Amino acid sequence: MKKVKALILKTAGINCDYETQTAFELCGAAADVVHVNSLVEKKDKIFEYDILAFPGGFSYGDDIASGKILANEIKNKLGDKVKKFSLSGKPVIGICNGFQVLVKMGLLPDPELFEQISTLSYNDSDKFECRWTYLKTEKKVRNESSCIWTKNLPDVITLPVAHGEGKFISVNDKLLEELNKNNQIVFRYSTKDGKIPKYPLTPNGSVEQIAGICNTKGNVFGLMPHPERHVLALQHPAREGFDGEHGWGKIIFQNAVDFVK
Amino acid sequence: MKATTNCKTIEILNLSDKQLTNLSARNVLSLSLVEMKAVQDYFRKLNRNPTDVEIETIAQTWSEHCKHKTLTGIIKYTEKKGTKKTKRTYNNLLKETVFKATVELNKKWCLSVFKDNAGIIEFDAKNGVAFKVETHNHPSALEPYGGSATGIGGVIRDILGVGLGAKPLANTDVFCFGNPETKDSQVPEGMHHPKRIAKGVVSGVRDYGNRMGIPTVNGAVYFDEGYMANPLVYCGTMGIIPKSKINKKVNSGDLILVVGGRTGRDGIHGATFSSMHLGKESDVSAVQIGNPIVEKKVLDTMLKARDLNLYRAVTDCGAGGLSSAIGELGEKTGALVYLDAVPLKYDGLVPWEIWISEAQERMVFAVPPKNKKRIVELFNKGNVEAVFVGEFTKDKKLTLKYDGDIVASMDMFFLHEGIPKPIRPAVYKIKEENVQKPIKMNSASLLKALKDALADLNVCSKEWIIRQYDHEVQGQTIVKPLQGNSIEVSGPGDAAVIFPYTVVKGTKKGIVLSNGLNPQYGKINTYKMAANAIEESLRNAVAVGANIEKMSVLDNFCWGNPNKPEILGSLVRAANACYDMSKAFGIPFISGKDSLHNEYSIDGEKYSIPPALLISAMGVIENAVNTVTMPLKNEGNKIFVLGITRNELGCSVLAKIKNVKGGVVPEVYPKESKEIMKRIYKAINSKLVESCHDCSEGGLAVAISEMAFAGDKGVKIDIDVIKTKGELTVAEILFSESNGRFVVEVNPENKFKFKDIFKDCIFAEIGCVREDKNVAFESVKNKVEVKEKSENLLNAWRNTITW
Repeated sequence: MKKVKALILKTAGINCDYETQTAFELCGAAADVVHVNSLVEKKDKIFEYDILAFPGGFSYGDDIASGKILANEIKNKLGDKVKKFSLSGKPVIGICNGFQVLVKMGLLPDPELFEQISTLSYNDSDKFECRWTYLKTEKKVRNESSCIWTKNLPDVITLPVAHGEGKFISVNDKLLEELNKNNQIVFRYSTKDGKIPKYPLTPNGSVEQIAGICNTKGNVFGLMPHPERHVLALQHPAREGFDGEHGWGKIIFQNAVDFVK
Repeated sequence: MKATTNCKTIEILNLSDKQLTNLSARNVLSLSLVEMKAVQDYFRKLNRNPTDVEIETIAQTWSEHCKHKTLTGIIKYTEKKGTKKTKRTYNNLLKETVFKATVELNKKWCLSVFKDNAGIIEFDAKNGVAFKVETHNHPSALEPYGGSATGIGGVIRDILGVGLGAKPLANTDVFCFGNPETKDSQVPEGMHHPKRIAKGVVSGVRDYGNRMGIPTVNGAVYFDEGYMANPLVYCGTMGIIPKSKINKKVNSGDLILVVGGRTGRDGIHGATFSSMHLGKESDVSAVQIGNPIVEKKVLDTMLKARDLNLYRAVTDCGAGGLSSAIGELGEKTGALVYLDAVPLKYDGLVPWEIWISEAQERMVFAVPPKNKKRIVELFNKGNVEAVFVGEFTKDKKLTLKYDGDIVASMDMFFLHEGIPKPIRPAVYKIKEENVQKPIKMNSASLLKALKDALADLNVCSKEWIIRQYDHEVQGQTIVKPLQGNSIEVSGPGDAAVIFPYTVVKGTKKGIVLSNGLNPQYGKINTYKMAANAIEESLRNAVAVGANIEKMSVLDNFCWGNPNKPEILGSLVRAANACYDMSKAFGIPFISGKDSLHNEYSIDGEKYSIPPALLISAMGVIENAVNTVTMPLKNEGNKIFVLGITRNELGCSVLAKIKNVKGGVVPEVYPKESKEIMKRIYKAINSKLVESCHDCSEGGLAVAISEMAFAGDKGVKIDIDVIKTKGELTVAEILFSESNGRFVVEVNPENKFKFKDIFKDCIFAEIGCVREDKNVAFESVKNKVEVKEKSENLLNAWRNTITW
């Protein structure tokens, strides 16, 4: 059986490509880190892959606003290809800066619309913050949502965040209702027992503690926390994980790889 | 030789001594009269005046920053103890102390020491790990944000420029600042307020380090009013490099490729100005301007070029810019450079500015002609500018051309060896130390002292800083700077451990990083300060599971004006401690750096900083999974103290908060300590240790409290069973800062196996972990009970720095 292939898109300032690649490999996939320049040279190369990943970092220094420049570059140079890839139902993930890119080019929350209708703005603390958080994985979502990335997770997991612009804001309340109705809000910052937290457990002040969302189809997924930084129990501050050896993040990558299989 | 409109000849042949001195001062050359005369003699032989390019080149190459001429020069040292005087002459202080120890220890796992941009030790059969720590003090004083940002940017390039280039895995940062509570009226004219410097420095490191995608995993912050106008900013980077890429060699005929950032007028005279005292007249244009994304692109692409063997040598443009970088690479061959080929940020730079500018993010490569096309293509693919500016020759001369004119032509030998060895006197008077009057305190005042100690600027939580650094990027930080049993609590980790599993697939090994620094001790005795820093760095590493037999250290001397005999003398003492401790612990120094002339002037008065020796330790851990953290883990576990508590409260935190006069600064007992360190490694790898914490500032009281609140647990300690040397009061037992001590948590089931490992060492079982979340220290003998909720102690520790 042929190996599942993941494309990890990088450019100047992207810096979580290695660990994202390793995470996919750990789940049995083959992962290539591809510079945006070389993908622009051979645009259709994207369709040789089963999974598309936008890793974390500071694309182009996050000048103007986090992820904005890369979002525009991709939309202008690769827009139709990326949209086609997403609508084909193949798994797409954006982590941290990658989430900011997905939101700012409008691939989330609605890849068919493909317009920016939400954003990730400066943390309420007005500081870059690197800390571990509890994430509530909505029960309904686990049972009913189509999100392929977050299946088989318990009610509450822990993952680290590291960002200065992670406050999710939607264009209007209607969109927020939609996201809730369609179970698209996959991760919310929470307390240890899944309750609504205060700062710093909610590290950025997102509306409704939103940490990660997916499209209605459930194949396009973006989140501020870093699943690739918790694929091993060893990476957890208290060395916790789901099987003694691996971290919650691995389940997320495994879900995508298994989905393709 | 032709002077063009852009290049002036400098009259030097017929200058008097006085005129030579003025010339040096006027052109920020920072050259002594003796050195200026050597330059004069050289050009008298050539029977011509030098160009400005040549004079500047010599000044950069001969600068303290590049040549370390004080510590490699001749020092006539006198030591006074009471009425006894001992004299000794050093022809090269570093070679006769720090470096000598390394040579004598002769560890075969030391792969490259004291010769490249960083020291390298063995990681595994295929790879080495490189470590370097730099200082960027003067720039950070003038422009805190830019100064610290380019500090971290610079040391990262040291790692990119070691061998044929290493991949950076982690950064470390250690800062010394003035008291952030200083009244504005007390801040010297033209200087920044210490708090502003602190905030600016932290932001600079944050924005550069985070964008580089290198986790900042270890560090320290030290506050003392002595650093008000002259902060210390130490930036370190550790990287991994294939053993096959450790050596570089430039061949005649290789092309000179400049890669990365463009050259501008920023950072002019950085190297020479770092040898001058700071004052309100100091020139900010000496500070460089950094751009991390440019450096990140260079990093990403150059490692590809390295693995394709496209170049033969590389080094970074640091102090002295191209003049130092190309000067070093071409020392044995000679070099011809076309200055007008160097890409500029903007027009208007004259040749000497292009040549010595310290504009950032530039690397220089020696490229075999056959790879000319491929290497440039590779860099351009990554949107990195790469331009050939000349070639390495075989005439052993440095020749610079501009607009077709030769603007500089000098012998490499004169440039690198022509500097006269300075002779400096040095004296050191060893102060008498006496045990203070017994410190008697009741339960209430002991509790207050404990809270004050936890809240002390030099003990308290540095969370405000640590959280702004992405210390988890790359996903390999498995022992973190802040450690807690749950997300809600935290305590100070002793050391960081990097598990490089994304780079070295399938590895089980880890790399430990730690540091030791305590300028307080130096105010009494710089020998003890150095010895303490070395032991503390090792203790920190051992506490998380490092193997004391596989540790190496770096030295960073930050001192005042070495032209003052007593200041240079205090440095000689510290250097001797480095030799003694390195030998006694069997720990080699693999690299180092000194920043002298840390002196500033207020209203004409000159002040030197309190001397500071930072020791940064790095080691390789066989089994990363076995590493331990400091939070208490489980109720019912036993608490042990390893090592003996002596009456050593000189310069201690307690002495500071209770204003105790006198006291003895902690002594280091290497044999005793190393024995315990060896056995801790054994105990940890036999899985007998639940948690371990090193005991330093604030003594046992602080160490045990930190373990309790980081674990969100309670603990009950019997002070009466703690092993002491002689009679100590309760306060002295709890707050003495004696070396060689660890606090360890052990599961009762393992108690006997654990004790067996430490038999014939000094240790004691002193209490246990409890469900009630109280920290309690009790002495029946003295009718003392110090008791407080661990949550309250956590808050005392957390709430000092919340800017």
